[in-house]
This record gives sequence, C-alpha cells and structure tokens, in this order.
Amino acid sequence: MAHVPLARHLLRAKDLADARYAEPLTVQDLAAAAGLSPAHFSRQFKRTFGESPHQYLLTRRLERAAALLRTTDWSVADICFAVGAGSVGSFTVSFGRIFGRSPQAYRAQYPPAEWQVHIPRCIAQAYARPQNRTFREDPATPASLGCSE
Amino acid sequence: MIKIANTQFWVHDQDEALQFYTKTLGWEVKADVTMEAWNFRWLCVGPAGADSPGLVLMPVPGPPMLDTEASSTLSDLVAKGAGGTLFLETDDCQAAYDDLSARGVKFDNPPTAQPYGVDTGFRDPSGNNIRLTQLLEFDPARGT
Repeated sequence: MAHVPLARHLLRAKDLADARYAEPLTVQDLAAAAGLSPAHFSRQFKRTFGESPHQYLLTRRLERAAALLRTTDWSVADICFAVGAGSVGSFTVSFGRIFGRSPQAYRAQYPPAEWQVHIPRCIAQAYARPQNRTFREDPATPASLGCSE
Repeated sequence: MIKIANTQFWVHDQDEALQFYTKTLGWEVKADVTMEAWNFRWLCVGPAGADSPGLVLMPVPGPPMLDTEASSTLSDLVAKGAGGTLFLETDDCQAAYDDLSARGVKFDNPPTAQPYGVDTGFRDPSGNNIRLTQLLEFDPARGT
C-alpha cells in the first residue's frame, strides 16, 4: 500500500472544518477524521498549518460570520448559531478579538446587505411595482381604490 | 467575457428550502436579504467554499407578478418535477452519495455508471431536480 504523507491525513481534518464548521465539531472530531489521537493531532496540525485546530475552526467560523454580516440581514444571534458558535457572548468576544470591533460595528462599516447582493433590475421592477393598480379603472373593487401607502 | 453569476429555482417555501440546502446538503448562504417594502426575499445559496454560480431560491410568485391561476400552475409544475434541473459535478460520486445519504438526502438512484461517468440524483423539497455526476476523463479508446 502506498505511503500516505501525514499532511494528507491532516488535510482531511482541515477540509472537515471547512465543510462542517456550522455543526458542533470538536477537535476530537477533527482528530478522528485524521485518524490520530487528539494530542498528537493538535501538535501535528499546528506544525503543518501554523495554527492549532481549535484556532483554525474558530477563525473559519468567524470568517463565515463576517461574510453573513455583509451579505444577509440576519441578526447577530442568528449568524452566531448559523456558523456553529456556541453562545452569542463568546462569539462576540472572539469576533472583537479578530476583527477589532463588535459584529454590529463590523456590519456598519459596509453598505446595507441589499446593496451588496445586486438584486437584478428585473426583480426590482417586478416586485417593487405598487400592488394596487386599479386606479379607479375597476368599479367592482371600490374598497381598493387609491394609494395603499 | 460573460459568466453565469447565479441560477434560480422556484421553491414552495423559502425557509424549508434554506433548511434543506444548508443543513442537509451543507451548502452556504451567499445572500439572504428581505426587502420589506416589496414583500420580497432574495435568498441565494451555494456549495461551501466553491467559486461557482449561486442558486437563488425564489418563491413561486402570486399576484401581481403572476395571476392566481398561473401561480398555481407553476407551483404544480415544480411539484411535478418540471421546474428545472441543477447539474452538479463531484470528483467522487460514491463518497458524495454516502455522505449526503447519511445527512438525510433521499436519492432517486444509487451512483450508476454512465458512458460519461458515474451519476446519481435527488430532489429538493419542492421537487426541483439535482443531478450529481463524477465525469470520466476522456478516453480515445472508449470513444466517449
């Protein structure tokens, strides 16, 4: 059987963190994916990738949270749980440590999400059109006359 | 240069679709913004980490975008599987099948050898068709 470099096993754990960060993953889960004991795994992971598996998983979650802050209108709590962070309190502290400001302040640096997502003109034209379009043309619906605003 | 930015499925329930694409398939949310004034929600998802077009999950519209009859017809067509197909590629169809099966995806057929590769498929909760294919490298001797 061909020799498989240790880094290839470690990469499986890194890929797992990238794919499943939103789930309640632990360092033990990552170690199992690499087929190593947790202590040995943590040492080798840090030696190979330059940071501990815990740090990698945490920063992956924070990076994804930052993306959701920019591209959705979800609440901070919803984003916190969507990326697999355990509690809003610890999430906010970790976020501030990495990004230098609170999640709310980070979001405020960017244009509103609806500007970020480039909703196509055809959608805006279809959905932004006022829904009351009778303009006294339809005598059967007198209650709906006039502007709905 | 022109590239595909996003593609789109009609869905019956955006929350249900969001749950399926993120929790079951493990995809990421690329955008989720509600325009209250328009009664419209732009919801876009895609495979984690992939630099590929997003899939916009749009609710079947009612009046005034579509009249009630057309809306109902479109909703029925999606439920009947006539809404459209998304073609996905993977480098290991069997592994993806095993992984997604364990996450609760109900496949239409197990990975099956085709002239072009190994292929399987499933549907989203609304009935939209999703194919998952591992392409074979071109082999002149095989002629495909």
